Amino acid sequence: MSNTVVRKTLISLAIAGAAFSAQADVVIGVAGPHTGAYAAFGEQLWRGAEKAAMDINAKGGINGEMIKLVKADDACEPKQAVSIANRLVDSDEAVAVVGHFCSSSSIPASTIYEEAGVLMVTPASTNPTLTERGLPNVFRVCGRDDQQGDVAASYIVDDLGAKRVAILHDKDTYGKGLADAMKATMNSYGVDEVLYEGLTRGEKDFNAVVTKIRSVDADVVYFGGLHSEAGPLVRQMREQGLTATFISGDGIVSDEFVSVAGSPEYVDGVLMTFGADPTSYAAGKVVVDEFRESGVEPEGYVMYSYTAMQVVAAALDATELDPIAASDWLHENSIETVMGTKKFDEKGDLTISDYVMYEWDDKGKYTMLNN
Amino acid sequence: MDIVLQQLVNGLTLGSVYGLIAIGYTMVYGIIGMINFAHGDVYMVSSYLTAIAIALFSFFGLESFPIIIFGTLIFTIIVTGAYGWVIERVAYRPLRNSSRLSVLISAIGMSLILQNYVQISQGARQQGIPTMLTGAIRFDIGDGFVQITYMKLFILFAAFLGMGVLTYIIQKTKLGRMCRATQQDRKMASILGINTDRVISSVFVIGAAMAALAGVLVTLDYGAFDFYVGFIIGIKAFTAAVLGGIGSLPGAMLGGVILGLSEALFAGLISSDYKDVFSFSLLVIILIFRPSGLLGKPEVEKV
Repeated sequence: MSNTVVRKTLISLAIAGAAFSAQADVVIGVAGPHTGAYAAFGEQLWRGAEKAAMDINAKGGINGEMIKLVKADDACEPKQAVSIANRLVDSDEAVAVVGHFCSSSSIPASTIYEEAGVLMVTPASTNPTLTERGLPNVFRVCGRDDQQGDVAASYIVDDLGAKRVAILHDKDTYGKGLADAMKATMNSYGVDEVLYEGLTRGEKDFNAVVTKIRSVDADVVYFGGLHSEAGPLVRQMREQGLTATFISGDGIVSDEFVSVAGSPEYVDGVLMTFGADPTSYAAGKVVVDEFRESGVEPEGYVMYSYTAMQVVAAALDATELDPIAASDWLHENSIETVMGTKKFDEKGDLTISDYVMYEWDDKGKYTMLNN
Repeated sequence: MDIVLQQLVNGLTLGSVYGLIAIGYTMVYGIIGMINFAHGDVYMVSSYLTAIAIALFSFFGLESFPIIIFGTLIFTIIVTGAYGWVIERVAYRPLRNSSRLSVLISAIGMSLILQNYVQISQGARQQGIPTMLTGAIRFDIGDGFVQITYMKLFILFAAFLGMGVLTYIIQKTKLGRMCRATQQDRKMASILGINTDRVISSVFVIGAAMAALAGVLVTLDYGAFDFYVGFIIGIKAFTAAVLGGIGSLPGAMLGGVILGLSEALFAGLISSDYKDVFSFSLLVIILIFRPSGLLGKPEVEKV
């Protein structure tokens, strides 16, 4: 038997092996903070992805194969995100990932997915750096912090007419990135901040910085960060008699913001930027109704996560489960989702961003402001 | 002027909480020479117990704030004290005569066990309790004002009361004398008829009770906690204990207040980004000039 024959046999075996493994389920990771202080967001991602996977499976799956979801917990820690990404790629053999949540987790994890040729669609990571590094496999179905910062800055300058703006952030990739984006736009409108400070994630006492805000006589406080810090911060502001308007971004879109703040009265009047109501699209009405029937309110990122799963499924379906080809396909084609038609640019960002301003009321609910 | 005063109030309340937790570190170190790394998590457990107690009281229809807070304090201090006793019994007593390193590792293990146990039994989500005591006193000073919430006043009062009671116990009672004797020389104390195992147990209970007092106060004030909340505050309290002189009870309280004040004043007057850098630099400087802390006694090698 000649060498070539041996080689051919081996190759055919390898192909058979690949074909055999393709008979199994399509493994898709859902990565986010499933535990820890930000677990509420992990739950939102999981709910959306789980329902999307069930709906797609009920319609025959991707390319005739069933989706199998794997929960990957990064606890919003960059280090854990890297190890969980390696696990998804190596031992779970995921072809695609919906996630992560925190930008500081998504950015290091995306490099691992890129090396492994795994498709990554994040429902929530808004830091610009994520898609600025030219990775072909990275997409997001949410906006970018520079777009979000623009909306917040123009609202602060034009609608509120604020002259004395204090900017705070949580020193994390997302929080500081958002605060800096807002600051840049606001400065370009000719308004300079009176205070720019970072606070420590995980702490609960922000009284010192609140007193400092009082000392600079700010009439607007802009915070880049997540609800676990925003809640105590806004509460301590009100307790110290500070009435300045509190504005934050999409990091506080959770009912937990109210419980962490202690009472709905503290969040009354808090403003935030977030994508136009994700439950308002005609295409998603059925899904939203089904969520509500099962007793789940599709708040925050639930619909985004559903959308991300649809994007993954559409791309894999069109390219016969080849994640690398799927990445190319996504750059070219637009996808019908429960949040309308989504189209990606060459970086992997959405071509249209739809940030609007929301206001929290004294019952602890948020509604879109009609500008 | 009003701003500096307000920062002093902020720092003092934060510092008194650090002091209460630091007592647990310093007493345990004083008596058996180990650093109880699970102490921050004992504090965390007491936050959950506070929420459970408040839920129980409101379930039984009790509305009045003094009754709820008094009941919550008693419940939380007793149950957390029991945690302290069990932890010592399970994790440290079997290793009493092993090397310091084994006990240290046992303490880290205990810390992980507590965190994961609470995470599994109570859920990983951030928890919150509603505001119990609202309202504030406002002093107008010139153009500005200093605002102190009733809760902050209550924290200061309760913390200093707790420290006073503890000082009395250590200085004046029989248990206190036994504690001090055991601290000075464990073997000699046991030869003279003191049940040192029981003394060590009671030190763990006292430390846990002080952490519970801090846990109730902080949880009522900030209202937000999760299973990881003991980590940062534990590190800060440990720093306070070292700053004041580990092993020294007044040192722990002093260290806590200094740490709280330095954090608040630095964050308020210079920059909150670097307040922890400042606090730890302060620690380094103090340890350079006084290696055993502000009120600590230098360790004498016994021959």
